[in-house]
Parts: sequence; C-alpha cells; structure tokens
Amino acid sequence: MTFDLDRPWQVDPRVSMRPEPFGALLYHFGTRRLSFLKNQRVLAVVRSLADHPSARAACAAAGVPEAELPAYARALASLADSKMISERTVV
Amino acid sequence: MTLTHDAAVAAGKPAPAPGRLTDLFQLGLDAPICLTWELTYACNLSCVHCLSSSGRRDPRELTTAECRQVIDTLERMQVFYVNIGGGEPTVRPDFWELVDYATAHHVGVKFSTNGVKITSEVAARLAASDYVDVQVSLDGATAPVNDAVRGPGSYATAMRAMENLASGGFRNFKLSVVMTRHNIPQLDAFKAIADRFGAQLRLTRLRPSGRGADVWQDLHPTPEQQRELYDWLVAHGEQVLTGDSFFHLSAYGSALPGLNLCGAGRVVCLIDPVGDVYACPFAIHENFLAGNVRDPGGFEAVWRSSDLFASLRAPDTGGACRSCGHYDSCRGGCMAAKFFTGLPLDGPDPECVQGHGQAALAAVSSGAAPKPSADHSHRTVPVTIGRRPPRRDCDENPLAGFTA
Repeated sequence: MTFDLDRPWQVDPRVSMRPEPFGALLYHFGTRRLSFLKNQRVLAVVRSLADHPSARAACAAAGVPEAELPAYARALASLADSKMISERTVV
Repeated sequence: MTLTHDAAVAAGKPAPAPGRLTDLFQLGLDAPICLTWELTYACNLSCVHCLSSSGRRDPRELTTAECRQVIDTLERMQVFYVNIGGGEPTVRPDFWELVDYATAHHVGVKFSTNGVKITSEVAARLAASDYVDVQVSLDGATAPVNDAVRGPGSYATAMRAMENLASGGFRNFKLSVVMTRHNIPQLDAFKAIADRFGAQLRLTRLRPSGRGADVWQDLHPTPEQQRELYDWLVAHGEQVLTGDSFFHLSAYGSALPGLNLCGAGRVVCLIDPVGDVYACPFAIHENFLAGNVRDPGGFEAVWRSSDLFASLRAPDTGGACRSCGHYDSCRGGCMAAKFFTGLPLDGPDPECVQGHGQAALAAVSSGAAPKPSADHSHRTVPVTIGRRPPRRDCDENPLAGFTA
C-alpha cells in the first residue's frame, strides 16, 4: 500500500498509546491488535499527526531528514493498514 | 484461563531500529502489555487440565474494593487490557460490576468463560461494548471429545453461550481451544464452529500446569500431531489466534505470527484470586511468585521492582540450547512446561520439535517434577456417611410398627 504523505492523518480515537523506553506501544480497542513504534521520532510524528495539515508536515516538524521520508512513509502505511491511523476529514 | 496477548504484533519496520523487537521485549516493559487476572478459583467445572487447579473459592479472595484498586493501578500504568479468567470468573457476584469499572477506567477486558452465565440478555449487553471481549472455552469439536476433558454437559453449555453471543450480535468473540492429542484431528471442525458463530478461533498449548500436570503425559500432542498443528497454523496465518503459545513450534521453520518469546515477567504476568503475582499464568508455583498486590506499593511495585522479574528480564544465555541452530526461533520454549515436567529452565522444552525434549524427559526421575503450590480442586471423592442400624424401630420412623 502506498501512503499519501500529503493528506491529513490522525491516530484512530480507539487507539491507546503508551510510551516505552524504545518508542511506544499502540493498542487498538476496535481491532484488538497491538502495534509498536520503534523509536522516539516516529512516536513524535504519530502523536502530532492530528496537529498538522499533512503527514509530511508532521514529519518535518519532528525533524525527519528528507532522505528518511520513504522509511517513515512505509511505517505510516503499515499503521494505516492496521487502522491505527486514519485519514482525517478536513472541514 | 488464557495466556497473554493475542494482539498480533503488526506494524512496521519503521525507521531504523535499535534492535529486534523481541530483544527489546526480552528486557521488559514499563508495564505489561496485558496481564492475566484470575478473579476466583471457584468454578462450576472441574476440567482435567485446569492450569490453576480451580474448583473451590479461596476465602482470601480479593474483595470488590481491592479489585477496584488493582484496576486503578492498571489504569495508571496504562495496561491496555486484562485477560480475566479463573476459575469461572462470571460466578463472582461482582463480576459485571468489575468489568464495568475496568472499562470505565480505560482498561479493556477480555474474559474467558465456560459459558455458564452467558444468557441472551448478557450477550446483548456485552455486544454493545467495544472494550469487552469474550472467550468461550471448548476443548472438543464434538461433545464426547470435549466433555471427556471439561466434564459432562460442558459442550452443550459452551455451544449455547456461543449461540447467544452470535444472536445477540457479538461479532468476533473468541472460541478458545487447548490443543490435545484428541482434538488435533478436529482442527477444521473447530474452525467451522467458529465460522458458524462469526467467532475467531484461538488455539493454545496444553501446559503441564495445575491439574494439567496429571494428564499432560496422556493428552499432549504426539510429535506427528505437533507437525500437523504447525502446518495448519502456518496455512491459517493471522486468522487464527494462538496467544503466541506455540513459539516452540517455530523451530520447524518459519516463525508463526505473533511474538516468539516467553513473555513471563517481561510483557505478561498473572494476578491470582488472592492477589499473588506470578510471572505467568502457567507458573502458579512459589518459585515464580513475585509478590502480592496487597503488599506496599501494590501491583506497580511488584512489576517494576520484584527480584524475580528483574532476573527474568536479564539477558538469558540459552543454556543447553545455545548451541542449537534453532534457538533463535524457539528461544528454548516454555518456562512453565519445562518446570512442571522437571526439566531445567535453561534446557530444551519437553515438546522441543527437534526431539531434544524427549531425551531430557527420559532423564527426569519419576516424581521429581515440582508440584503446583496450591490445589483448589473440588473434593471429588464422594463423602460416605456411615449408618448404624437403629437400636429401636422408632429411631428410624416414629410410626414403625404402628398399624391403624
């Protein structure tokens, strides 16, 4: 699945996020599935998705280097795939 | 009674990682991913393989107020959900109250039941919550296979509960099966039952824990059946849950979905009905007792600073298994299975698929395996009341010998 970095995203309201020394654990109460974020920066990106007009902007704000964007897009794609994050409807 | 997190560890290979996730989990987490909480040792059944030797209520059981305090702690620690079991948890008069309290405090609940209290009214109520999941235990796809293990009538009880859940609109509840020598031929039949009720199948491993120690020898799968189970699990992938309990089978080849590691004291633990905290639900023995929620500092202190948990989180050496080429996939197998069969904890699992367990078991002298610390089994030996013959007919019946 390709991930659209230029769309607005958010963490699903039924997801609970718990910081851990290595990053964070995520649990989705609807799908009852667990996921994880492997470092602090990806946690910062995910946490701030809803505050930015696009995932790209959230990555930039968290200091993700341009060269690493594809890796972050893949990580976000897999989170979208497991419904941990979803596209936000802009009003 | 169930293990751990069925939440398959999905998601990604995000950005550069400091190591494999299993290595990070190996060192423990700030709080359990989920934990098993057995609310009572009381049970209407007497399953032959019961992990907690349940039957009779323990008079020291945590009170409703103490249970609420535990839930408050779990909320503070951000434990996502608890697996509630027993005994039969629904026989506790405050069970529904505690479920509501937990979900109101952001602690999700998945509870295991034999179905005895799952009426259509209860099912409809449960279906309305996102934060409650139900797991119905069934150990045979047919009544004879199930009832031989779980007791007469238990198949009918479970089927009725599942019908109620399905007709009450509860989607995707779990049908939970402990795999034995007698039900491995029924894998497809279990799947068909789950599909019929719109449920998800969950298969877990038979452990030699609790009363299971007495029947493990006769009920654990044969080596051929282990292979059959592995192939079946690989074919069904993430559709079928396992509580990550078959990681010892990963040494056949590719790893099964989920977390392939013993989570005891690292990502999971058990709180028993009297508040004792054990490293895992399959290890109710003083060697794996980390503390009690009634101790100062409560559950949080036990999880974060018990000596036992600290030692379980220390990097392990792999012991006798280290030189085996499969160690990275099976991680030496299940600690409780080794312990209760009398095997050293740093050696092979008794059901090691490379055959190392059989040799190790042969070296264990009879009666050497440790016994569980407590037994709450129903006293099933019938009590006989002695009868002396009456001294006078009148002692038996005041009308004896009376004729009108």
